[in-house]
Amino acid sequence: MAENSKQTMNDTYETTGIPLLKDSKLSVRNVDVFYGDKQAIFDVNLDIGKNQVISMIGPSGCGKSTFLRCLNRMNDTIDICNVTGEIKLEDQNIYDRSIDVVELRARVGMVFQKPNPFPKSIYENVAYGARIHGLTDNKLELDELVESSLKRCGLWKEVKERLLEPATGLSGGQQQRLCIARAIAVNPEVILMDEPCSALDPIATATVEELIHELSQNFTICIVTHSMQQAARVSQRTAYFHLGKLIEVNDTSVVFTNPKHQLTEEYITGRIG
Amino acid sequence: MTLSTLFIAVLMGTVVSYYIGRGRSHSIAKPVGGVRNLATLPSYYATLMSLWALLPALLLVFLWLVMDGSIISGLVRSELPLEAKQLNPDSLGLLMNQIGNLAEGVGTLDALGAEYKPAVDRLIHLNSISATAMPVLVMLVMLIGMILGFRTIKADNNARYAVERVFNAVLFISSSIAVLTTFGIIFSVLFESINFFQKVPFMDFVFGTHWSPQIALRADQVGASGSFGVIPLIVGTLLISLIALTIAVPVGLMSAIYLAEYASRRVRGVIKPALEILAGIPTVVYGFFAALTVAPAIREYGDGLRDWGAENGIGWLATLNVSSESALAAGLVMGIMIIPFVSSLSDDVINAVPQSLRDGSFGLGATKSETIKKVIFPAALPGIVGGVLLAASRAIGETMIVVMAAGLAANLTVNPLEAVTTVTVQIVTLLVGDQEFDSAKTLAAFALGLFLFVITLALNIIALRVVKKYREQYD
Ligand SMILES: Nc1ncnc2c1ncn2[C@@H]1O[C@H](COP(=O)(O)OP(=O)(O)O)[C@@H](O)[C@H]1O
Ligand SMILES: [Mg+2]
Repeated sequence: MAENSKQTMNDTYETTGIPLLKDSKLSVRNVDVFYGDKQAIFDVNLDIGKNQVISMIGPSGCGKSTFLRCLNRMNDTIDICNVTGEIKLEDQNIYDRSIDVVELRARVGMVFQKPNPFPKSIYENVAYGARIHGLTDNKLELDELVESSLKRCGLWKEVKERLLEPATGLSGGQQQRLCIARAIAVNPEVILMDEPCSALDPIATATVEELIHELSQNFTICIVTHSMQQAARVSQRTAYFHLGKLIEVNDTSVVFTNPKHQLTEEYITGRIG
Repeated sequence: MTLSTLFIAVLMGTVVSYYIGRGRSHSIAKPVGGVRNLATLPSYYATLMSLWALLPALLLVFLWLVMDGSIISGLVRSELPLEAKQLNPDSLGLLMNQIGNLAEGVGTLDALGAEYKPAVDRLIHLNSISATAMPVLVMLVMLIGMILGFRTIKADNNARYAVERVFNAVLFISSSIAVLTTFGIIFSVLFESINFFQKVPFMDFVFGTHWSPQIALRADQVGASGSFGVIPLIVGTLLISLIALTIAVPVGLMSAIYLAEYASRRVRGVIKPALEILAGIPTVVYGFFAALTVAPAIREYGDGLRDWGAENGIGWLATLNVSSESALAAGLVMGIMIIPFVSSLSDDVINAVPQSLRDGSFGLGATKSETIKKVIFPAALPGIVGGVLLAASRAIGETMIVVMAAGLAANLTVNPLEAVTTVTVQIVTLLVGDQEFDSAKTLAAFALGLFLFVITLALNIIALRVVKKYREQYD
C-alpha cells in the first residue's frame, strides 16, 4: 500500500474546476485503483451532489468504467482489482469493513452498457431485486412495485399485456429501460449508468435520455458516456478523465463552452478521440 | 515384392514427384519472370504432381486387393470337374477352401482326388501371375501418373484449385466412412432383429416380464417359450442408471458450479484435469473396484444393520438381505464414473452464461449464491439437462461395471440391494461362447442391441436439441 501511494505522489496533479462541493451525496477522496500491478485510476477527488446528474467523459480506456464501478464496489467481483482511498456515501465509507455490499448495492444501483435482462419474464426481472432484499411482504405489494417501477420508466404501457413473457423478447431500447426499471425497483439513492445508450439506436437513446432527465428529480445519477452531446443534454456537471486522472470537473455548460484545461479542450473539440 | 515394399516404393515415388514438380515449376518460372508470374505457388504444382503419382497407383493397389481373390477363384472354379460345379454353395465353398490350402502346400491331394489337380495347379499359377503383375502394373500406373502430373505444370494452370478439390474429396471420403459404417451396423442389427421377431413375437419381447434365454436352447421350445421378456432387463438398466445419476448429477453439478464460479485459477488448474483423469479410467477398472471393494462393503454394512436390527427388535431391519452382487454397488460406481460427463459439460454451459448477467445480478445486490441460484442456474439449465441426458445414455450403455458388480440374474425388482441385470450385460452373455448363429438366443442379442440403440439415440437427440436451443439463446 505504502509503495502505491508513493507512486501516485510522484505524479501529483490538480483537478481543474470545481471537484468538491459543500453538500454531497457521494464524496470520493484520494482514490487509486489497480488491476494487479497496473494502475488504472490515479488519486481521484470528487464530490457528487444529491439529485444531480454528473457525467463522466473521456477517451476510451481512461478509466471511466473503472471509476464508476468503485462507487458500488462492483470492482470487488474482479479478483485482481484493488481500490484504495475513501469513498463516502453520506458520511459512511463504503469500503469500511462493517459495510455490507448487498445493502450498498441496494442503495447504489447500476445500469450497464449492454442491456442485460435476465432470461426470465419481464415481471421477474423487475421483481428480482425486491425478492432478494425482501422489500415486499406479499404478491400484491410486489405487483404494485413492479407496476410502479415500470411506469416510472415509461415501459408500463408497452409491456403490461406481456409481463410474463421473456424479457429477452423486448427491443434493445425496451430492454435497457427494463434494466433501469429493475434498478429503481429496489429504490436506490444513486444510480450508476455505464454508457447506457451505446448499444441503442437514436430513437431509443432519446427515450432513455428523457427517462434519465425525469429520474434525476429523485435519484443521484452518475452516467458514463462517450457522447458529448448526451453529456450536455442530461447532466448538470461533467467530469473529464484522461489516462486514469480526473482532469477537470465543472458545470456541464462551463466544461463544454469554456474548458479550463488544455486536455479537456482538446477532447471536446475533437482533437483527442 | 511384398505389399509393404510396394507401399514404400509408391511413397518414395510420391516424394520424388514432389521434388521433380517443384524443380519443374521453378524452371518454368524463369522464362516468365519469376514465381510471381506463375498462376500459383510452386508447392501447389509439386503437390498436384505428387498426387497424380500417388492416387491412381493407390487406387489400383486397393482394387487389386479387393478383386483378385474373387477373380482368381472364379477362374479356378471353371477348371473344376463337372460334378463339383453342381455342388450346393456351402460345400462348394468348402471345396474351394481345400483347394486353396493345397495350393499353399497344406495337406495332400489324396483327400480330394486326382481330378482336382488341374484346379490346384491353375490356382498356383494364377497366384504367381498376380503376385508379379501387381507391382509392375502399379509402378507403371505411377509412372504414367507422374508424366500426366508433370504436364500440368504450366505457368497459366492454377494447380491450387485442383489440389483443393482433391483434399475436399479426401476429407469427404473420410467422413463418409464413418457414416457408412454407422448405417451398415444399423442395417445389420435391424435385419437380424427382424429375423428374431419372426421367431419371438414382438409383443412378447417388449412386454414380457420373464427373461430366461437359456430355455430356448431346448429344441422343442425354440421360439415358443416366451422367455424373452425384456422388461426385467429394462427395469434393471433403469434402476442402475437411476442410482448412477442420483450420485453423478448433484456431485457433478456442484463441482461444475464450484469450478466455474468459485475456484481460483490455481485450484481450477488442479481439479479440472483430475476430473478428466476420472473420465479416462478404463471401465473394467471401475468394474473390479465395484465388484471387489464396493459390493462386499455394502453387503457387510447391510449384514451389520440386519444383526443390529435383530438385536434391537426392529422387525423390518432384521429381514434385510443384501446380495453380494447388487444394483446399488454397480450404480454407485457407475455414478462416480459419469461425474466427469456431468461436470465438464455443465462447466462449459455455466461458463457460457454471459458475464453481463452476473454483473446485472451483483449490481442489484445479489450475493454469489443467489446469483447462481436465480440467474446462472436457470440460464444454464437447458445445457445442464443436455449434459445429464448424455450422461444418462452413457450409463445405460455401460456394461463392464454391471457385469462385474450387479450380476446376471434377471430379477424383476426395484430393490437396489438385490442382484439385477441390464440390457448390455445380457447381450454379452448371449454372445460369449460358441453359439449357433441363427438361434433365437443369439438373435435376441441383436434385438436387445436395437432396443438399446433406439433408447440411447432418442436420449442423444433430445439432449442435442436441448443443448442447441440453449446455444441459440445467447449466440
Ligand atoms: N478487468 C480488468 N482487468 C485488467 N485491466 C482492466 C480491467 N478492466 C479495465 N482494465 C484496464 O483499466 C483501464 C481503464 O479501463 P476502463 O475503466 O474500462 O476504461 P473506459 O471505461 O474509460 O473505457 C484500461 O487500461 C483497461 O485496460
Ligand atoms: Mg467503459
